[in-house]
Amino acid sequence: MDRRRDRRKIDYFRLPSMRVSAIVICVMFGAVFFAMCVYFAHYALTNQRKLMSNSYNTHTAVLSKQHTRGTIYAADHTVLAETVTGEDGKDVRSYPFGSLYAHAVGYAAKGKSGIESVYNFYLVNSSISLNDKVKYDTTGDKYPGDDVNTTLNPALQSVASSTLGVYDGAILVTEVKTGRILAMVSKPDFDPNQIEEIWEKVQYDASSSVLLNRVKDGLYPPGSTFKIFTSLEYIRENPDTYSNYKYNCTGKYTSGQDSISCYHGSVHGNVNFKSSFAKSCNSSYANIGMGLDRDSLNRTLSQCLFGSELPIDLPTSKSSVAVSNELSDGDMMEICIGQGMTTITPLHLNMMTCAVANNGVLMKMRLADSITDANGKVVQEFKSERYGSLMTETESQAIRTLMEAVVDGGTGKKLNGLSYTAAGKTGSAEYGTVKGQSHAWFTGYAPAEEPEIAVTVIIEGAGSGGDYAVPLAKRVFDQYFGVYDYNG
Amino acid sequence: MGQAFNYLESYLLHLSKYFMPMYLCVFTALSFFALTSKGWKHIKVICDLQLVLMFLTHFSGAAVVCLRTGKPTYLLLYAFQQILIFALIVLTNMIYPEGDRLLINNMCMMLSIGCIMLMRLDFSGAVKQFFIIVVSTAVCLVIPYLIDSLKRLPDLKWLYAVVSVSALAVVFFLGSAVNGARISYTIHGITFQPSELVKILFVFYLSSAFFEHSGMKEVVETALISLSLVLLLVLSRDLGSALIFFVVYLAILFYATGRWPYLVAGAGMAAIGSLGAYKYFTHVKMRVDAWLDPWSMIEDAGYQVTQSLFAISGGGLFGTGLMCGNPTSIPYVEQDFIFSAITEELGIIFALALVGLAFATFLDFVIISGAAFDRFDRIISFGLGVTYIFQIFLTVGGGTKFIPMTGVTFPLLSSGGTSVLTTLVMFYVTEGVSARAYSSEI
Repeated sequence: MDRRRDRRKIDYFRLPSMRVSAIVICVMFGAVFFAMCVYFAHYALTNQRKLMSNSYNTHTAVLSKQHTRGTIYAADHTVLAETVTGEDGKDVRSYPFGSLYAHAVGYAAKGKSGIESVYNFYLVNSSISLNDKVKYDTTGDKYPGDDVNTTLNPALQSVASSTLGVYDGAILVTEVKTGRILAMVSKPDFDPNQIEEIWEKVQYDASSSVLLNRVKDGLYPPGSTFKIFTSLEYIRENPDTYSNYKYNCTGKYTSGQDSISCYHGSVHGNVNFKSSFAKSCNSSYANIGMGLDRDSLNRTLSQCLFGSELPIDLPTSKSSVAVSNELSDGDMMEICIGQGMTTITPLHLNMMTCAVANNGVLMKMRLADSITDANGKVVQEFKSERYGSLMTETESQAIRTLMEAVVDGGTGKKLNGLSYTAAGKTGSAEYGTVKGQSHAWFTGYAPAEEPEIAVTVIIEGAGSGGDYAVPLAKRVFDQYFGVYDYNG
Repeated sequence: MGQAFNYLESYLLHLSKYFMPMYLCVFTALSFFALTSKGWKHIKVICDLQLVLMFLTHFSGAAVVCLRTGKPTYLLLYAFQQILIFALIVLTNMIYPEGDRLLINNMCMMLSIGCIMLMRLDFSGAVKQFFIIVVSTAVCLVIPYLIDSLKRLPDLKWLYAVVSVSALAVVFFLGSAVNGARISYTIHGITFQPSELVKILFVFYLSSAFFEHSGMKEVVETALISLSLVLLLVLSRDLGSALIFFVVYLAILFYATGRWPYLVAGAGMAAIGSLGAYKYFTHVKMRVDAWLDPWSMIEDAGYQVTQSLFAISGGGLFGTGLMCGNPTSIPYVEQDFIFSAITEELGIIFALALVGLAFATFLDFVIISGAAFDRFDRIISFGLGVTYIFQIFLTVGGGTKFIPMTGVTFPLLSSGGTSVLTTLVMFYVTEGVSARAYSSEI
């Protein structure tokens, strides 16, 4: 009845190209959709934990209403943070040790920090079985959030905190072979039980840094501890001849108009590579620095984590160093002795120390051993993971020899002649414009032969590292090796 | 007894989390399977099975919302929704027995999921949406008949073109601005988004333009009309729609002519156009910047995207369960971010199955196009299919930060009268194409 239609029908069969076009379009959309789905699922699954610790994420508020926030335990199962129901029926977060674990454990209100922040996902989710959940449903109670079992060692944490005393600064104690963090102290600190009031105060006082975790976010001049990096580069460039190095220290090294002096005007006389390091001879290191290949030094420094996020389960500040071929000789010498614009975090220095002590291999650092549900069943275990090699085994052995010499007659001699052996490097990092003001640094490990733990200490404005920082590290070592119980 | 009931209720609530994704996965798998099986007998079994799954999904969803809120009014609304959806399926099958049942099933599954989510997000909005669906269906049930009986549809090329251009021009000059985009105008208290309905007219225009020939004359003519529509949309700041029109034109051009150079040239133009837009339009630049790094502007331009990312990553594989998430933290969640809300509460598996279902539906559009009665029908159902799937790409991609956000609704799921009406018309036009193709075979 309708001729037009018949004509059209024939027309359509004549065009096989339409079929090809249709397939092409379908395949194109298929590919795009496939990519989108993979991206979406991957993003959503891998970022769950990270996004849960973002303070703009209000979705956790809903979870908080459904779950009682989990407990945070020390390695010996001491409670570090728990949620208790007050007399008024309201849940309160309680920190039994007050300010002792302030920076490591963090706080859970007003934004979050520390373990409370990075392990928030577990604390507000529950892994108990369906049957248990149903039981909680019928009684109308909240589900218990999962618990975090940390690596923190209460004995070492209290020694580290009490030995730092009223000074501002930081102490970090880690296991070199596992990357477990045994103690993390940063001062000034605060009482997380009173975070609401402290938060208010900090809002009005911009200069206050009580909430700053100096271990991972304190950017300090490294001072002589930087000579570990300079030495590594020197050994790398002169693998066969570095032990033949000789220099006559007159207390000052001069290149053109720039000069570098040794600390407090010391004159070290004839030194070799080992004694330059042990006595922390600035003139000798300025001399070494002038001979280094700057491109190669740059590569070494970035391999040793300058300018990068550090491998740890917390967000960290980046250490920075600026070596370039345009740099003046004076600036170059400053860098090689750890002064100038270079900054480093105590955590970063501790990682370098761990790598030296562990045949060049750095383990990823972590604050948690495992997650357990309310019934104690392990939900997730965090295994020790290799981050990578910062140096070769030979290089690490060479630097270990240097660090042993520091203790054996060098600037770290207060660690000599004890029931355990230790090795390390001191630093006195000058800051500000007044001559003579310096932060006291020590970073080292023990036992020297078979390293177990690494300790990094910084005391702000105290003076020389050998006089002020080393004794603090000694107390931590003493406690660890059971020489003396400072908590007893 | 009461205790036992409490236990049962609690178990059901917890288990629904796992059942709902399962229902949808099976449903989607069946949809894909149905596309490959040509025998009518198979199709009938599959479609009947799908009805059961559709009922189970909708019922579980509504039951969970009702139990968690403790408000029986939700069940009442559910009952009306369920009756409406089944009435829609039965009536369509009765009036158009030659039609494509699978297409209608897919459409109704989408509607069901949309009903659950809207009910959960905004009860009064869901009631309003219900009435919009009722009215839209009443209109749509006539469409397949019209497609078959109006013989002169392919001759109305200029009518489609003139109405399209003038409708968009009216919005541009007289429309009211919502969030910086001028996309709607209000007559007698009812607000329309003409660009939604013009999408369909545009496909009609292209189908009639390429109806008999697809030579140089037709290409130039359609290019000019399409370009003016896209420009009007860009000037009205409705970028999502502009992009949809452009892509639909390109796909239809390639489909009708079968020539690769057009596709390549079009892609090149798109690249140049996007670069130009990024450079000269601040709102485009803002969207792209918010896509590249939303975290640095989390308080303003990046707020929506980051909240959406919190939502999609908040529920894991099986979701938080309905009413247990916090999707309302995303601004305009009912319109532009319904997919993120679904992902949060019903889980990633459910969301993936949903995208799969949308893709199966698109393939169904294309297959219907392949069997269509004539070139006009052919191009129409293909064009509408591309419109549908590209819109889903924009909304899902935007909400997951796969592409910059364009503020496009998820067809059939998002709230919004014009969007639902438009999408239903698209489905029923294609249903008409299918019905005509098969009735003419006999």
